[in-house]
Amino acid sequence: MSISTTDPTGISIEKRMRRHAQFDRLLRLVIPVLTLLSAVAMWEFLVWYHEVPHYLIPAPSRIAATLITDWWSLMGSMWFTVKLTLMSLALAIIGGVALGTVFAMSRVVEISLFPFAVILQVTPVVAIAPLILIYVPNTFYALLICAWIMAFFPILSSTAIGLRSADHNLRDMFTMYRASPWQRLRYLLIPSALPYFMAALKIAGGLALIGAVVAEFVAGTAGQNTGLASRILESSFRSEIPRMFAALFLVSVLGIIIFLITSWLSKAVLGHWHESEIKRER
Amino acid sequence: MKSTNFLCRGSTRNLHGDDMNTENNSGVEAPIQIEMSGVDKVFGNGTIAVRGLNLTVQQGEFVSFLGPSGCGKSTALKMISGLLSHSAGEITVNGHPPGQSQDIGYVFQEATLMPWATVFDNVYLPLRLKGVSRPDAQVDVEAALASVGLSKFNDSYPRELSGGMKMRVSIARAMVTKPKLLLMDEPFAALDEMTRSRLNNDVMALWKKRDLTVIFVTHSVFESVYLSSRVVVMAARPGRVVNEIAQHDNYPRTEQYRTTAAYAENCRVVSQALEETMDHVDINH
Ligand SMILES: Nc1ncnc2c1ncn2[C@@H]1O[C@H](COP(=O)(O)OP(=O)(O)O)[C@@H](O)[C@H]1O
Ligand SMILES: [Mg+2]
Repeated sequence: MSISTTDPTGISIEKRMRRHAQFDRLLRLVIPVLTLLSAVAMWEFLVWYHEVPHYLIPAPSRIAATLITDWWSLMGSMWFTVKLTLMSLALAIIGGVALGTVFAMSRVVEISLFPFAVILQVTPVVAIAPLILIYVPNTFYALLICAWIMAFFPILSSTAIGLRSADHNLRDMFTMYRASPWQRLRYLLIPSALPYFMAALKIAGGLALIGAVVAEFVAGTAGQNTGLASRILESSFRSEIPRMFAALFLVSVLGIIIFLITSWLSKAVLGHWHESEIKRER
Repeated sequence: MKSTNFLCRGSTRNLHGDDMNTENNSGVEAPIQIEMSGVDKVFGNGTIAVRGLNLTVQQGEFVSFLGPSGCGKSTALKMISGLLSHSAGEITVNGHPPGQSQDIGYVFQEATLMPWATVFDNVYLPLRLKGVSRPDAQVDVEAALASVGLSKFNDSYPRELSGGMKMRVSIARAMVTKPKLLLMDEPFAALDEMTRSRLNNDVMALWKKRDLTVIFVTHSVFESVYLSSRVVVMAARPGRVVNEIAQHDNYPRTEQYRTTAAYAENCRVVSQALEETMDHVDINH
């Protein structure tokens, strides 16, 4: 007699497991969405019930209405912030990877330049931003530099550590088979560094957005073609609280999108092999 | 105990240090593959890992390095492969200084696979580094995988394999360039007993089939006696060869050999030789 994989209800265990997994995945999506929706509904209800004036706390419906009426001006600002964030992130990746590679190859360069990188990192951007705004005449470039400073360091340090993290026996093997420096980089060092780099990218993406917003706050509404932070500032001066919330909402959405994209990228690059992205079956 | 060199023979180099033509060595006697004489290794921190190491290995031998931890087994192996330079003495591999012969396969204690690459790509690596294209390498890679019994795992990732299977991939990778010399540094130390004895048999089969010379580092007396044609016993502080014990030429050996009186006796002799090296040394095993 063989051991049965069928339980008394006649459905195979495998099928039930699969169904269970599907259900599990659905729950993971449905529960947070429901929680969020009920929180918003609660907010709406409380504002309505207590008749809170919209210049104190606007109801979600009012924020949504503002989003629609001010759609084009808000979209313009959002585009500005997106541009700032993505450009600073791109520059941080280019600079961080380039310098990180040099650090990984040369201890001397690392020891001499690392203090500068640390100073850049630990000094709050808000504190340096006014100076940068004075020295850099073009506001956009000044903002770009501020956001870049925020995103640069994690990429730099992770690239340097990641490139050094390759297994020493694998290094020996590459030596034994006389790998060229290029082959070593391509087939050993870069793959070893990828998990570190992807983790840094997730952090740097968020930091670039924070940098872009913070820098704009410091700069104020000086420029005409300005981003979401300026909309928030401007609305606060004019006590247009719903508009403030609308801009804030868009900043959050932007942050979430960046997070989702970097997480997806990390999964796409590491999903097939690295512990951090592998789903363990239970 | 004095170092006894059973296979002491003249160097293949003439007085001028030029290499003799190795093609002349096709006589009845197997040519010398590895020659180490008076080899020292002093690390930068002052550790004398190996002192006065003398060893001659002929083509087709299966030599085990047996000794306590820290007696310089890995160091010796790395010097033969050219991964480490030696501080004094002379080493020749196929008549050349070490590191010049690419005809070496190396297996580490851990499988040392690239976790981001498939089984196929891991085994393909040595050929890829030599500039062989993937289509050209296909046949050799698949043959190497088949020779270790892993034909259906081309597209698997290392994390999907058991410890024994990972080690098989590692051996396939070492064999893919069809080397004549296989260096193995405690390759099965981390495996369970069953897997280990199965892999022992497979390595012996591979050795015979491919006409290999194997140097096999282990700290297991039983493993060394079961596998090798000669056991080289090493002592620590400083690392040196203290004894060489030739084994019967009773290949092919099967699991049955492990149950014979001859095997028990060989193990006893080797154990005793190992014991003598450990006077005044902590025994960790
Ligand atoms: N890179 C190194 N630097 C300094 N000392 C080392 C290094 N590698 C090994 N040693 C020392 O050399 C001795 C022999 O090491 P090893 O060859 O690894 O021994 P085994 O493989 O027999 O256990 C040990 O005392 C070890 O601490
Ligand atoms: Mg060792």
